[in-house]
Amino acid sequence: MIKAILIFNNHGKPRLSKFYEHYSEDTEQQIIRETFHLVSKRDENVCNFLEGGMLIGGSDYRLIYRHYATLYFVFCVDSSESELGILDLIQVFVETLDKCFENVCELDLIFHVDKVHNILAEMVMGGMVLETNMNEIITQVDSQNKMEKSEAGIAGAPARAVSAVKNMNLPEMPRNINIGDISIKVPNLPSFK
Amino acid sequence: MALKIVKGSIDRMFDKNLQDLVRGIRNHKEDEAKYISTCIDEIKQELKQDNIAVKANAVCKLTYLQMLGYDVSWAAFNIVEVMSSSKFTYKRIGYLAASQCFHESTDVIMLTTNQIRKDLSSPNQYDTGVALTGLSCFVTPDLARDLANDIMTLMSHTKPYIRKKAVLIMYKVFLKYPESLRPAFPRLKEKLEDPDPGVQSAAVNVICELARRNPKNYLSLAPLFFKLMTSSTNNWVLIKIIKLFGALTPLEPRLGKKLIEPLTNLIHSTSAMSLLYECVNTVIAGHDVNGSPFLPPFSLALFLFLRFQLCVQKLRILIEDSDQNLKYLGLLAMSKILKTHPKSVQSHKDLILQCLDDKDESIRLRALDLLYGMVSKKNLMEIVKKLMLHVDKAEGTTYRDELLTKIIDICSQSNYQYITNFEWYISILVELTRLEGTRHGHLIASQMLDVAIRVKAIRVFAVAQMATLLDNAHLMTGNVQRKGICEVLYAAAWICGEFSEHLENPMQTLEAMLRPKVATLPGHIQAVYVQNAAKLFATLLKNQEGNTDRTAAQETSQLMIDRLPLFVQSANLEVQERASCILQLVKYIQKLQQKDVEVAEEVIALFAGELNPVAPKAQKKVPVPEGLDLDAWINEPPSESESEDEQPKAIFAKEEPKHSRARHTEVDEKELAKRREARKQEQANNPFYIKASPSSQKVYQEAPGVEHIPVVQIDLSVPLKVPGLPMSDQYVKLEEERRQKERVEKKKKEKKKRKEKRGGRGKKHDSGPESEEDITPAHMVDIVTEEMPENALPSDDDDKDPNDPHKALDIDLDKPLADSEKLPVRSHRAAEALKSPAEDGDAESPASQEPKKKSSKEKREKKKDKDGDRKVSVKNGNPTRETALWMYIYGDKKSSKHKKKKQKREKEEKEKKKKKKHHHHHHHSDGGGEESVQNGTVEEEEPLPVSVCHQSFTEIDIQGNLQDGSQVVVSVIFENKCDNFLKTMEFNVLDSLNSKLQRPEGSGPHDGLSVPFQLPPGVSNEARFVFTMQSIVMPQKLKGTLTFIIKDSSTHEKLDFKLHFTCSSYLITTPCYSDAFAKLLESGDLKCSSVRLEGVNMPFHHLLARICFHHHFSVVERIDSCASMYSRSIQGHHVCLLVKTSGQTVSIDAKCDEPTLLGNVLDEIKQTFSQC
Repeated sequence: MIKAILIFNNHGKPRLSKFYEHYSEDTEQQIIRETFHLVSKRDENVCNFLEGGMLIGGSDYRLIYRHYATLYFVFCVDSSESELGILDLIQVFVETLDKCFENVCELDLIFHVDKVHNILAEMVMGGMVLETNMNEIITQVDSQNKMEKSEAGIAGAPARAVSAVKNMNLPEMPRNINIGDISIKVPNLPSFK
Repeated sequence: MALKIVKGSIDRMFDKNLQDLVRGIRNHKEDEAKYISTCIDEIKQELKQDNIAVKANAVCKLTYLQMLGYDVSWAAFNIVEVMSSSKFTYKRIGYLAASQCFHESTDVIMLTTNQIRKDLSSPNQYDTGVALTGLSCFVTPDLARDLANDIMTLMSHTKPYIRKKAVLIMYKVFLKYPESLRPAFPRLKEKLEDPDPGVQSAAVNVICELARRNPKNYLSLAPLFFKLMTSSTNNWVLIKIIKLFGALTPLEPRLGKKLIEPLTNLIHSTSAMSLLYECVNTVIAGHDVNGSPFLPPFSLALFLFLRFQLCVQKLRILIEDSDQNLKYLGLLAMSKILKTHPKSVQSHKDLILQCLDDKDESIRLRALDLLYGMVSKKNLMEIVKKLMLHVDKAEGTTYRDELLTKIIDICSQSNYQYITNFEWYISILVELTRLEGTRHGHLIASQMLDVAIRVKAIRVFAVAQMATLLDNAHLMTGNVQRKGICEVLYAAAWICGEFSEHLENPMQTLEAMLRPKVATLPGHIQAVYVQNAAKLFATLLKNQEGNTDRTAAQETSQLMIDRLPLFVQSANLEVQERASCILQLVKYIQKLQQKDVEVAEEVIALFAGELNPVAPKAQKKVPVPEGLDLDAWINEPPSESESEDEQPKAIFAKEEPKHSRARHTEVDEKELAKRREARKQEQANNPFYIKASPSSQKVYQEAPGVEHIPVVQIDLSVPLKVPGLPMSDQYVKLEEERRQKERVEKKKKEKKKRKEKRGGRGKKHDSGPESEEDITPAHMVDIVTEEMPENALPSDDDDKDPNDPHKALDIDLDKPLADSEKLPVRSHRAAEALKSPAEDGDAESPASQEPKKKSSKEKREKKKDKDGDRKVSVKNGNPTRETALWMYIYGDKKSSKHKKKKQKREKEEKEKKKKKKHHHHHHHSDGGGEESVQNGTVEEEEPLPVSVCHQSFTEIDIQGNLQDGSQVVVSVIFENKCDNFLKTMEFNVLDSLNSKLQRPEGSGPHDGLSVPFQLPPGVSNEARFVFTMQSIVMPQKLKGTLTFIIKDSSTHEKLDFKLHFTCSSYLITTPCYSDAFAKLLESGDLKCSSVRLEGVNMPFHHLLARICFHHHFSVVERIDSCASMYSRSIQGHHVCLLVKTSGQTVSIDAKCDEPTLLGNVLDEIKQTFSQC
C-alpha cells in the first residue's frame, strides 16, 4: 500500500500532496516539512530509499523518492510494495506528466494541480497501484479531458480566451525543469507492460 | 436560454479561477496569509451563489488551499453539492475535493450515499470512475456496507476500466466492512483470470494485500497464482505474486519446492532488476522450509543449498554494486536471510562493517540492523568497539541515537547471551552516558538496573561505577542539552542505595547524593535520590556502629538532617513526601543516638530483603483461577448515591478491582481456603490438569536464595577499582589476553591428550579459529531469570494490536457461504425511514425501473456470471483437502506416490466424517441483483445407508427464479466419499402433477438427466436442475433416484433421496418501504391469518433474525417489541407479517393474498420455533 504521495520543490513548497490515510491539515503540513527535511539533506548519489520520519511510517514504512531538477517526488509505502517497482512507477508518473503537459515543468504543477491529481488518480487509487501502463493512463486522461471540453462547449470559449490572456502576463520563469533532458540514473528497469 | 448560458459564462470569466489564485498568492509573498484570507472570503461568497459553475470553481480553489494547510472542512456541504452536479467537469472537481478533505468523521458523508450509488450506476463510465476513485479515499463503514453490493456488481461491468477500479476498491470495502469479504470473494477470485490485464493486476493486488496479513486463509489460491506466475508477462503482477508466495511458503512446505523451478527461470530470463530482486527474496523465504520437519530428499536439499548460496552470492554482488539502491536492497534482503541462516550472512561480516562507513545514512542503518544478528560471543566486543567509534564520529543525533539503541539491543539480545564479560558491558554503558543530547538516557538506565539486579556477580563492580557516576553527576546536569542523559542518575542512585553494602566509600556517595545541585534534577530522579540516601544512611549507621564509632554515626545523622530540608521544600509531591518522612525518621534516630541506643539493626530492617526482577508481562499472565468470575459483583452493587460519593476518588479507579479483591479475601478467608482446598483436590484428580511441579514452586519462594548457584571467581587481572571513568577498550585487550591464555592452556592439554591417544583424530581447535563453545565467560555469571507467575499462560498474542483493521479480515474463505452472508442489498434503515417522500420516491425509482430496463445483452451477461459462480463455488473444503487439491492439479507429473498418500488421507477423512450430514448454504450473488434472488434453505436429504458407496449430496439449494414465476432452480452438490471414480451419473425425480423436472426436448417424462461430470474420489461438484412448478402454495416432497457406475467394478449403483420444497423456499427476500407497506395493507386485497407461539425465550432481534434467515423476510419497521415484515413469493404474492412479543408469547398476525400459502408459511415458522 502507498500511504502518501508528495511532490515538493527544492525549497519544500508543496506542489501536490495526496494522503491515503487521514491526517489533520496541520499534521499533513508537518509531514511535508519533515519529509522535505529528511530528503533534502541527502546527496545526489545516495540511494533513493530512506526510513520514514517520526510522523509518517513506522518500521514497515519507507520513503522512496526521486529528485527531478527542482522537484522531489516522494512516495511513502509499506513493505508490500516493491522498492524498485515504486521507483519505476515514479518514473512512469513523471513521464506521463511530461506527455500530458508537453515538456512538463514546475510551473505546470503549480498552476494545474487539479490536472496532476486527475492523472495521478488514473495511476494510484486509494493507495493501491491501479495502472502502470503509460499509454493506457494517457488514453483515459485524454478522453476525460475531451469530455470536459465538450461539456464546456461554446459557453466555455470566452472563459478560455480570458484565461489565455491572463496567462500571458505570467511572471516569466524559465521552463527549466524539462524532464527529458535530465538524465536520471535508473537501474535498468524495463517499463511495465 | 443559450444566451443566458453565454451571459453567465461571461460573468464567470472575471471570477478568480485556480490559476488566478495561485498567481495571486505568488504575487503576495509578503502578506500571503492575509491575501489568502481575503480569497477565502471571496470563496465563501461564491459558494452562496446558485450557479453550480461558480461553486465548482470555488471548490477547486479550496482544494488547492487545503494542500497549503488550510482547513476547508466548513465547505463540506458545498463539496457534496458540486459532487452531485450532472456535469462530469464539476463532478470531478467535487470528488477530488472530497477525496482530499473528507474522512470518517465528516458528517456530511452520509448524505452522499445515494449520490454515489447513482454515479456508480451511471451510463457514463467516467462518472462511475471518479465516484470509485473518490470513494476509495473516504469510504466509511456505513458507505462500505451500503455500497458493497453495488460495487460488487461493477466488478462484472462490461468496461475493463470500471472493472479494475471496482476490484481495487473492494479492498477498502473489506477493511471497513469485513462481513463483505466472504460474499465477494468468489467474484474477486474470478477476476484473477479476467481477460483484461489491468483487471487481473488489480485483483492480484487486492488478494496480495489481503493475504499479506492473513496468509493461511489464501493457501488454497496457490495453484491459481502458480498458473498466473508462469503465464503472466506483466512485471508488476509478477512481483506481487512472488511477494505473495514469499508469505505463503512458510505455511506450506511443499510450495517452496514447487517454486524453485519457475523462480529460477525468472531469475535467468528477466532483465528487470526489480523482478530479479523479488525472486531472490522469495527463494530465500522458500529455502527456510528445509529446516522444517518436511525434509526433502537429500539431493534436493543439496541442490537447494547450492542455489541458496548462489542467492547470497548474488546479494553480495548487489551490495558491492556501485548503485546505492541495489546496495540498500541487498542489505535488506540479507536481513531476511539472517533470520533463518545467520551463518551464511556472518561470512560477509567484512562487507557489512564496510557499509557502516558508507556516506549514505539509509545504508548505514540497514547495516546496523544486520549487525544485530551477526554477533557471537567471539566478535561481540570487537563489533561494539567499532560501533563506539562510529558513535563518536556520528554527526546527526538521530543516527547516533540509532547507534546507541543498536549497541544496547545487540548486547542485551536473548538475555545477554553473547556477553562474556559484564564489567566490559557496564563500562560500555557508562561510556555511553557521555553522549551529548541523546534521548535514550532511560534506555541506558534500564540496562544498568537490569544488569545490576540480575547479574549478582557484577554488583560490586557496578556499584563502584555508579558511585563514580554520582560523584561526577555535575557533568550531566550542567548542560541543558544533556537533559535526556540524566535519567542515568536514576539508575545510579538506585543501584548505589540498594546494594550499598558493596560501596567502597559510602560516606562520599551519600554526600554526593545530597548535594544542593540535585534539586535541579527532574522530580522522579530526586525522589529516588532521597529514598536511596536513606538506604545508604542505614548501611552507614551499621558500619559505624560496628566500629563503635559513635561520633561518626551522629555526624552522619546530622548530615542528613542538614541536607534533607532542601528536598522537603521541593515542589514535587513525591520528593517532598519522602523527604519529610525520612527527615522525621532521622531526627528520631538522632534522639536515640544521643541516648546511646544502638539503632542500626532496626534502621536497616527498614530496607531488608531483596527485590527480584519480575517479567514485564507477568501480571497479565496470571491465570484466572477456576471458579473466579472477575466480572461478577462481590458485594451487592452500590446504590446510585454511593457511587456519587465515590466519584471524587475517580483517580484511583484503576486500582479498584484490586481493592475489592483484597476485601473479598478478608471477608471470607475461611470459605476461600475451603474452596482452594477443594480445587486442589479436584486438580489432583484431574488427569488433564498439568500440575506445577513442587520444585518450581519452591524456587519461587526461595528466589532470594539463589546463592547455591556457583558465584563468581573474579578475574584478578581486572582491577576492581577503576580510577575515573572506565575505558571499555581495556577490556577488549584483557579479554584477548585471557582467551589467548586459555587457548594456550587448552592446546597444552590437547597435546597431552594427543600424546596419550595418538591414533585419535585431533579436533581442529588449534588450527582453525576457536569455536563458540570454546570461549568461557570471564565470570561465572548467573543471570537471574525474570519471575513469572505460577502456571503462567503461554500467550503469544501479546504483541498483536487489537486495533489492527486487518485482524477483522482473518476470515476463513474456504467455508461455503451461508445464507445469512450476503451483501446488504439496498434496504431500508431506520435513518432512511425519516426521509421525505420526495427523496424516497427518488431512491426507489431506479430499483423498480431496473428490471424493466434489462436488455437481452445484460441477460446474457448474467448467464455468464452464473457460470462463473458455479465454477468458483465448487467446494474446496477444509485445509487438508486444499493440499489434496493442490496435488490434484499439479500432481500429474509426479509419481503415484502422491496419489497413494492422497488415498490414504481420503480414507482417514472418510472415517472421521462417517457420512455426516453437512449443512451448507450457498450464496449466489448475481450481477443482475434483483432478478434472480438466491433462495435456498430447503435441504432435505435422507442419510441413506448405502453399503458399497459413499457418495452423498451434501447440499441442496432451491432457488426461485423471479423472471419466470413457475421455475425453481435446485443446485445439488455431489461429493464422492468413496475411493473409486464415479461416472455416468443420472439424476431423476418422479414428477408430480404440480412439479416437473425440466428435461431436454425429446426425452420422455421418466428419463433421468445425466450429470455433466464425473467424480474422482474425494471430489465434489455442483449440478443444477430446473423444476417447473404449477402452484407454489403448498409444500411438497419429490422422490428421486441417482444412478451411477463405479469405475472399477462397473456395477450400477442406486441412491434414493427426497427433495423437500417448503413454502418458505418460494419466498424471496424483498425490501419494502414503510409507506409502500402501509398502502399494501390498506388495499384490502389481503387475507388475514394469525398464529401464536408460546415459550419462545429469545431476544426479539434474534427472533426477527431467525424469521428473516429461515423464511426470507425483511424487516420493514420495528418499534420496541413489535415489528412489521415483508416478503414476496416467486409468483408475486405479497406476504406481510406483524410480529409482537410480550414475555414468552409471540403473536404473529399475517396478511397475504393467497391464504393457503400464508397458512403453510406460518406453519413453517411455527415449526422453526418449536425446534429451538
